[in-house]
Formats: sequence, C-alpha cells, structure tokens
Amino acid sequence: MNNLIILGSLTTPGIGLIFWTTLVFLLLIFLLGKYAWKPILNAIKTREEGIEEALATASKAKQEMQNIKADNEKILMEARNERDNLLKEARDVKDSIIGEAKSKATKEAERIMVAAREQIQNEKNAAITELKNQVATLSIEIAEKILKSELSSGDKQKALVSQLMKDVNLN
Amino acid sequence: MKASQFKKEIIFPVLLSIFCLFSTASFGFEPSESDSLHTKSETGQVEHISKSGDVDITKVAFEHILDSHYWHFWGEGHDAVALPLPCLVYSNTKGLQFFSSSVFEHGHAEYNGYTLVDEEIITSDPNEKIYDISITKNVVQLLLSSVLIFWIFVSIAKSYKTTGVTSAPKGKQSFFEPLIVFVRDDIAKTNIGSKSEKYLPYLLTVFFLILINNVLGMIPIGANLTGNIAFTLVLSTITLLVTSFSGNKHYWGHIFLPPVPKPLLILMIPLEIIGIFTKPFALMIRLFANMSAGHIIVISLVGLIFIFKTLWVSPIAVAFTLFIDVLECLVAFLQAYIFTMLTSLFIGSAVADHNEDGIHNADDDKITTTH
Repeated sequence: MNNLIILGSLTTPGIGLIFWTTLVFLLLIFLLGKYAWKPILNAIKTREEGIEEALATASKAKQEMQNIKADNEKILMEARNERDNLLKEARDVKDSIIGEAKSKATKEAERIMVAAREQIQNEKNAAITELKNQVATLSIEIAEKILKSELSSGDKQKALVSQLMKDVNLN
Repeated sequence: MKASQFKKEIIFPVLLSIFCLFSTASFGFEPSESDSLHTKSETGQVEHISKSGDVDITKVAFEHILDSHYWHFWGEGHDAVALPLPCLVYSNTKGLQFFSSSVFEHGHAEYNGYTLVDEEIITSDPNEKIYDISITKNVVQLLLSSVLIFWIFVSIAKSYKTTGVTSAPKGKQSFFEPLIVFVRDDIAKTNIGSKSEKYLPYLLTVFFLILINNVLGMIPIGANLTGNIAFTLVLSTITLLVTSFSGNKHYWGHIFLPPVPKPLLILMIPLEIIGIFTKPFALMIRLFANMSAGHIIVISLVGLIFIFKTLWVSPIAVAFTLFIDVLECLVAFLQAYIFTMLTSLFIGSAVADHNEDGIHNADDDKITTTH
C-alpha cells in the first residue's frame, strides 16, 4: 500500500513544476531561437552551401581541365598531322619538281641533239656542196691551165690531136 | 493508414492501464499513520534505517526519483548534507509567500500554518487553497540546465561569428554541430519535409533540454527532471498544441471525416479524436517511465547490498549497476531522439500534403464530395 501511494505521487504532475517548466521552456525556446538556433542554423547552411559550391566548382574545374587536356591533345594531334601532311606535300612537290626537271631536261637534251644533228647535217651538206663547188672550180681552173699549157704551141696542139687520134684509133 | 492503426492498437491498452494506475493510486488507498513514508527516530530526524537495521530500498529509490524541497547531497539523518531550497506558495487567503524550506526542519516544524508532509506543503486551514510553486530540486536543475544549454549554444553561435563559417568546427562546436545537423536532417526534414525549418527551434530545444537533463539526472546528486511526469506533461502538451495549430485540412479531414463507410463514422470519429490526445500522452508516459525506471533499477541494484546485508553481493550489484548505467547513457540519447522524432512525426502528419500519394488523393476527393 505504502508503495502505491508513492507511485501515486510519482504519476501526479505537480503544479509547481508544470508552472516552472512551461515558463522556463517557452523562455528557452524564445531565447535560443533568437540567439542560438538562428545564427547556428544559418551558419551551418552557409557553410554547407559553401562546401557544395566548392565541390561543384572543383568538379567543374576538373571537367574544364579535362576539356583543356583533350583540346591540347587534339591540337597536338592536328599539329602532328599538319606537319606530316606538310612533309608529305613537300616530298611530293620535290619529287614532282625533280621528275619534271628530269623530263624537261631530257626533252631539251633531245631537242638540242636533234637540232645539233640537223645543224651538223646542214653544215655537212653545205660543206660538201662548197667542196663540190670548189672541186669543180679547181678542176675547171686546172683543166683551163692544163689546156692553156697543152695548147700553147702548135706542136703541142698537133701532138695532142695525134695522141687523141691515136686513142681513138686504138679504140 | 496502417501505421496509424498500429499506433491506435498500442496506445489503447497503454491508456487503459494508465487509467487503472491513476485510479488505484488516487482512490484505492488512503494514507494512514502506520503507512507514513518516514519513520521518525528519537531525535526527530527522518531516517531510512529502522531499529533492526533494515533499509527501505523502495523509499530510498522513490526519494531519489521524486521531487524535493531540499537538494540532498549525501549522508543520513543528522549527518545529511542538503541544501534547503526556496519555497514559493500562492494562497487564496495569504497571497504569494516566499520562504526557505529550512523553516520546516525536514518536516518537523510548522511554518505560517504550513507543514511539509511527504515533500508536499499542506495547510492546516481547511478554507485555504494553496498552490506550491516552490523552486524545488527539479526546478533548480531545470534552471541550471537551461542556463547551461543557453551558454553552450550561444557560445557556439558566437564562435561562428568569430571563426567564420568556412573553418572547421572546434571544441563544443564539433560535438554539438553534428547533433544539430542530425536533428535538422534526420529528425525534422525526414519527418516533416519542406516545412521543417519553422519547427526547428522547438525540436532543437526539446532535444537538447531532454538530452542534457537525462545526462544530468544520471549524475548521483542530479535531479530526475526528465523522469518527472510534470515536466514530460508540459513538453507533450506543447507538442499537442504545435501539432493541432499546424494541422492542415487533410489532417483535420482525416479526424472528423475519415475515409470509411458512413456507419463506421460513429466509431471512427471519437477514436480519431482520442487519437489526437493519446499520441502526446504516450509521449509523456514514455519519457517519464523510461527515465524513472532506469533510476529505480540502478538504486535497486545498489540496494541489493543492503537487502542481503553482505558485501559479497557487491561485485554483482556493481557489475549490474555499471551495465545499467551504460545502458542509461544510451537511453539518455535514445529518449531525447525518440521524443523529438515522434514530435516531428506528429507535426509531419499534421502538415503533410497528400498530393503526392495517389491513395490519399482518392480519399481526399471523397471528403470534398461529401462536403
């Protein structure tokens, strides 16, 4: 029985404590709300936002870095390709120039040869003609001189005619 | 729907048993001279030890968990070291009176027509009605803990100003900040949702007031404030008021026009109305019973030494006490969490928008058509 009375006082809320708890608790909510929870929650929120922002910025920067790296690689690759192309082109140009020069030179040489050959032929022909002419002239001169000398006296003329007559007779 | 039905099933027997408890306590038994709580020694001092050397552990236990007009530190009888606390009594005939509890000389002296019987101030005048609003042990601890909480959190708030928000938390800040974030994210935001910010000052204050007082109550000379039904009554009443005032039309619609066949409304509406009160009632009983029970167990285990009157039982008693103390450390946090979590759950159910839920939507349509 004794214990049940104590249990009764345990489960009966005392008016004094109800009064003080209500007063102190409401005051505490008000004061803490104003001077503690508001600044603390705001600060935590600000910090969280800051962290979130920093993380977002970091990942953005990382992405940008990757983009830049990719760009760099791309540019490098392009440059390499360009260089290769340039070299190839140069080689081609060189080859074509050399080939062209060669063919041109060959053609020129052939042309020159042909021309030379022609000229030589012409010169030769001219020389031959001249020689023929000169030989003819000389022969005529010689023949004239011989004739002059052979026919300078009547004896000689008679000897020649007899000679010739002899030859004709012989024939 | 299922959760609320489940809650109703649990709450009803609890409510019944509590009603039985109240009725037996207040009507069943009348105190008599022989049942007086305190045996008085020849010197007139209150003692727990009878002449035969027996110790009334029940009395010791309940003295520890009940409120007192003294702050008893240690010692018994003449050697007791206790701080008399100020008494505030409002009387309809004498007005507001203020005096120290030392005037009662531990229940042996009469002062101004008042006597202190079983920690209750009783007037000898039958026409006088008094309200005892004394600064009792629990009130002192309430004030001390409030000052402590205020100091802790205002200094934390200041440290944000001095060190800035971007630096890592230090000291008190690093201990309490995770708890604040826990209450904000895992208790308030998960149960209330987007409107949780409005209720955060209440939830945080409740959480830390219960937590700090649970911990202070575990210190041997500390008061059992959170295990006092008056304290839990006030907190749960505030929860009830907050829930009721923030209830939207869905919440009240479910109470006064639950989506059930019409004949069932006769049964459902009273049940739903009872449900408004049983939820905070369970909240009140849960915290009070958990904290008081923990203290009673600890004292009972220590009391084993005095019951068996041998030192040989002390290793077991100490080992079990240590175990319960460690458990109580957990319970201190757990009860603060549960009280805050259930409060936000109730608020959450009162402010919830049911638009996302298809089933509730259909129910709401029914309600609007019956309107």
